[in-house]
Amino acid sequence: MAKIVAITGNEAVAHALRQVDPDVCAAYPITPQTDMMQRFSSFVSDGLVKTELILVESEHSAMSSCVGASAAGGRVITATSSQGLALMWEILFIASGTRLPIIMPVVNRALSAPLNIHGDHSDAMGARDTGWIQLWSENAQEAYDNTIQAFRIAEHMDIRLPVMICLDGFIISHSIERMEYLEDEEVRNFVGEFKQLNPLLDLGHPVSYGPLILPDYYMEYRKAQDEVASKVSSVVLEVAEDFEKLSGRKYGLFETYRLEDAEIGLVIVNSAAGTSKDVVDEFRDRGIKAGLLKPRLYRPFPYKETGEALKHLKAVCVLDRADAFGGSFGPVYLDIATSLYQYKKKPILINKIYGLGGRDYLPEHAELVLNELAEIAKTGTVKSYKEYISVRE
Amino acid sequence: MADIVEIRWHGRGGQGTVTAAKVLADACLSGGRHVQAFPEYGPERAGAPLRAYNRISSKELRMHCPVLRPQVVCVVDATLLDSIDVAEGAKKDAIFIVNSSKDPDEIREKLQAEPGQKVVTVDATKIALDCIGRALPNAPMLGALCKLTGLVPLDHLLEDVRKSFGEKFSQKIIDGNLEAARRGYGEVREG
Repeated sequence: MAKIVAITGNEAVAHALRQVDPDVCAAYPITPQTDMMQRFSSFVSDGLVKTELILVESEHSAMSSCVGASAAGGRVITATSSQGLALMWEILFIASGTRLPIIMPVVNRALSAPLNIHGDHSDAMGARDTGWIQLWSENAQEAYDNTIQAFRIAEHMDIRLPVMICLDGFIISHSIERMEYLEDEEVRNFVGEFKQLNPLLDLGHPVSYGPLILPDYYMEYRKAQDEVASKVSSVVLEVAEDFEKLSGRKYGLFETYRLEDAEIGLVIVNSAAGTSKDVVDEFRDRGIKAGLLKPRLYRPFPYKETGEALKHLKAVCVLDRADAFGGSFGPVYLDIATSLYQYKKKPILINKIYGLGGRDYLPEHAELVLNELAEIAKTGTVKSYKEYISVRE
Repeated sequence: MADIVEIRWHGRGGQGTVTAAKVLADACLSGGRHVQAFPEYGPERAGAPLRAYNRISSKELRMHCPVLRPQVVCVVDATLLDSIDVAEGAKKDAIFIVNSSKDPDEIREKLQAEPGQKVVTVDATKIALDCIGRALPNAPMLGALCKLTGLVPLDHLLEDVRKSFGEKFSQKIIDGNLEAARRGYGEVREG
């Protein structure tokens, strides 16, 4: 039986972690994640979980502890935001390259400098090519559901990779919303027991982790990692199907909203997708065929499926809550452009950068973009391919 | 009330405004409704002006942005009327609930409220001082909001106040807050 509550995104994810009851958690505080791990540490103190909590002196140490504990044989979690994720960067590759299924909620926050504690996606977008699986979440419910599913995806024997669960700082992490919890036992049964394949602490079967691999085999190792990445989509779908049976809530690689017969569309991740859906409805009411695609599995990116879902549109805008500073476009735009490149007939694709450092994304912004797309669809003329919106000149 | 009710709270840090928005969200959860409660996060310090928001809806709430066109505006600290345009974006038939000992007509004039808008006052700080012994006007403001909007029955709200405050405070403080919410409900002054 589901329990309906009004709670914050951080609280929702902390409860998901409590229900899973992992073996080890290594944590270091950083806004806006702090509140999540503070809640989890209360569960440890109150004896609600058997987790061994390691209070470390930095995020670099947090991820290093996770790597050690996971290799030793434990089910392992941590959580972070912004600079904390940036400080982990070196060890993120160790976790994925060593195929350790560590679970890490990332409460998305802007990167310094200038210092800013508010929601944007620069942190996780910067870590998008570290070999971690990334699941993005629109609201507290999705963050909770994704966290539970993440364990099954990460620990699947075809995968064995770490997973980040992304949710918007403050907008979701600190806002109270209605959501449904599953029962503790349902979650425990769903994730099942975790068994490390070659635990470092199995002294009867000694193994080496992290050996040196020279040019003779390094490339084969990397190719194997790429092959694993190609299997993630099907596992994500398989886990989603089981999760739907349990919860009644449907998940895919991405969510499409009124997209099938759409002529213009938005591509947008996380909380701003919700606001955009309301505006898509308003455009539909006015007879304009608008739709939306919200990526969920962002790494590895399901290029084929995404391209198929978007190729029939006339004009699409990808909204990025992070800029890539690569001299070209925002990160999501680059992936969407790649997914559409192979098609002869494809939509005109523009990019808007919005909401950096917690700048509000309002319905009027979605409206402006959709109006521009309607014009592009009609005339075929593009004024600018990339633009910052809701910004002072 | 409409399918969706949007509420904007204006208060100062330390007055329990954010707690009030949270208690309201929890109390409105009944009957399958969808709720949101969230503050505007700035540098948090006691006395600094802050806003908090609620959405209560019979349909799923997907909007994740501040309330720009509130149906209800709760002013927890009347000194804000001099520095902030609390009426900004308010609906034509919005309700303003202001913590003040003054006559609602006087506040209406100050707000330059439109004819269709309703302005009421409740002396929430005095009620709080009487009942709790501290200037924490959030419980009486919740009582007044409950009376004017009919979003939840009073006893339901009181139960949620008991639950929310029960985690942190002594029985004396909880009883004081319950009495304060009851009095806020009963002592609303309409113009």
